[in-house]
Amino acid sequence: MSALASPDAAVPAMLEVAHLSMHFEGITAIDDVSFSARRGEITGIIGPNGAGKTTVFNCITGFYRPSVGRIALDHEGGRFLLERMEGFRIARDAGVARTFQNIRLFPRMTVLENLLVAQHVKLMRASVFSIAGLLGLPRFREAEAAAIEVARGWLDRLGLVEAADREAGTLAHGQQRKIEIARAMCSEPKLLCLDEPAAGLNPRETAELNRLLLDIREDYGVGILLIEHDMAVVMGISDRVVVLNYGAKISDGTPEEVRNDPAVIRAYLGEEGDPPEINSRGSSPDRGRP
Amino acid sequence: MDLGNRFGDDGIQWGAILKDAGLAALVALVLALLLFGVRLSDGGGGGLEFRPWWVVIAVAAVFAGRAAVALWIGTRKPASGTALPWFDRAVARLSEHKRLLFAAFFLAVAILPLLPVADRRMVDLATLVMIYVMLGWGLNIVVGLAGLLDLGYVAFYAVGAYSYTLLAIHFDLSFWVCLPLAGAIAALFGVLLGFPVLRLRGDYLAIVTLGFGEMTRIIIINWSSLTGGSEGITGIPVPTLFGLRFTPSPAAGETAFHQFFGIPFGGIHKLIFLFYIILILALLTHLFSERMRKLPMGRAWEALREDEIASRALGLNPVLVKLSAFGLGAMFAGFAGSFFATRQGFINPSSFTFIESAIILAIVVLGGMGSQVGVICAAIVLILLPELAREFAEFRMLLFGGAMVAIMVWRPRGLLAHRVPSVRLGQAPPGALRGGLP
Repeated sequence: MSALASPDAAVPAMLEVAHLSMHFEGITAIDDVSFSARRGEITGIIGPNGAGKTTVFNCITGFYRPSVGRIALDHEGGRFLLERMEGFRIARDAGVARTFQNIRLFPRMTVLENLLVAQHVKLMRASVFSIAGLLGLPRFREAEAAAIEVARGWLDRLGLVEAADREAGTLAHGQQRKIEIARAMCSEPKLLCLDEPAAGLNPRETAELNRLLLDIREDYGVGILLIEHDMAVVMGISDRVVVLNYGAKISDGTPEEVRNDPAVIRAYLGEEGDPPEINSRGSSPDRGRP
Repeated sequence: MDLGNRFGDDGIQWGAILKDAGLAALVALVLALLLFGVRLSDGGGGGLEFRPWWVVIAVAAVFAGRAAVALWIGTRKPASGTALPWFDRAVARLSEHKRLLFAAFFLAVAILPLLPVADRRMVDLATLVMIYVMLGWGLNIVVGLAGLLDLGYVAFYAVGAYSYTLLAIHFDLSFWVCLPLAGAIAALFGVLLGFPVLRLRGDYLAIVTLGFGEMTRIIIINWSSLTGGSEGITGIPVPTLFGLRFTPSPAAGETAFHQFFGIPFGGIHKLIFLFYIILILALLTHLFSERMRKLPMGRAWEALREDEIASRALGLNPVLVKLSAFGLGAMFAGFAGSFFATRQGFINPSSFTFIESAIILAIVVLGGMGSQVGVICAAIVLILLPELAREFAEFRMLLFGGAMVAIMVWRPRGLLAHRVPSVRLGQAPPGALRGGLP
């Protein structure tokens, strides 16, 4: 996949966001933002607090309906205009999975059950609207065994096999973050949207997260869209970075280009001056999270 | 008031306790003055009789009681997650052998009416409890699994009862034909009522379903040409056992149950027969919902209860998930309603008031949301106890209320709040988790 990592490669974009705007009763959260993301690449979205990063995510994943703009997703499953689709269809048909800023696992269900819910669509088809399942037909049993194997594979990768039968809500924060990413991947997405996956992780866990995301990109060739405050994550693993400020895109390019872009430096420091050290941990101005 | 905070590390804070107890006593004084203190004298003429000692006793009792509660709570450790941890452990251990327990329970219940001690009242009571167990399990699908707070469940019970009655009387269909029809009609109603409330959750959903429940009852009252209004409908036929009737004098050409088996006629035969019908219906409800819980649909219900936004982000269609829960829950209420109608022999709208919905919901909540065994326990407590305690006359409701308060104090998440995972990875229960990540 490393061939795809170069932004100059002649690979067509998978996600094409064009002229996206979102107004909330007079407040403009996003103003004419356009960018694209390729499969097999990690596209980071950064920007100070309130820059509209999560709003962009919510538009892509169907939680908001954008006021203006087009969000097109192209892959072998077809072409999808996400701005017209209902949220669950975007996940089910277009293959967009997401995680949340504040983890949203199903806390009273076990980890394994969480990973099985993510495979609902294919299991539901195998259970023929529960009829084959109620009758215990082999067709359904095989599908369920296969789904459990998929889940086991992910838990193995995360080193959390022992936690499979524990209630998800009882796991440590860092483990929950990983399970949420695994859950999103269990739905076999084409595009994985991660909303601040490193929030609340310690440096060791952050390093593990970086490796996990790089592995996912290598092994599954999915496109990853990443909102992150932690510059160590964004600059370390992103193939491309999009910078938002006050709802508008101010820069777009490789991490190297973005880091040296005067507009980005202005947005982060408020005035021109020495280049900020935004390539090290903890230097971004808006790390408000504990 | 949070009594737990009254106790720092410095021991018992008497001042705070006395102040708290004093406040409670003040409230008691206001109430007792009017409730106990004044009484219309028996002599007639409308004179008032004052009873100061009653007031003093009441106030003193409240003061002492409140102080005692405060002391008792304060001397315990700060509240941990659930009260009675040993109970939780026992439940967790027992639920490992759930199947065996269930089989034993159903077997015991199945033998019950055949025992020599079984009389009409006992069989009748057992039937009543089983109706509520079945309703509880049905509502459990909606409230316990899907997390949709439905206060109008009795509407589907009514739809089932009236569907059976009207089909049986007007089209002369047998109980066994009507039962699935009534279930289907109730399920259809469940889906129809589900549509407008899809966007609602929690309190709002509760209010709207409450309204639907009452609307159903009022429509039944006012649509007299079809439903007989508040008079209701009488002469609902009793089911037959493969064509054998439960009657002392069968019509010409028919064989009665007692004639076929060559035993003397007994009124209890019909009751026992009805009991077995509801037992089988309840068993079906149980097997169905236990099975559903392990299927993708059932997991989708629980996922929806846990986090609707996350389940949408995983591609679950919330409309389908909610409507299936509403429809299937309503279907079982429809079955139970048909049975209720045939058991009573007559129905009228007063059997389908809000209090029925409340009792069924109380069974589910007190039993422990989503717990199948919990529903049995709660149904026994809530239905059997008030019936058995009839001798205590007006103290009956006091006992009932006391039992509910006790359950909520010691088991705030319901009697049996233990949730058994729908699937396991097939490994030993979680021991020491490997501390690190890969």
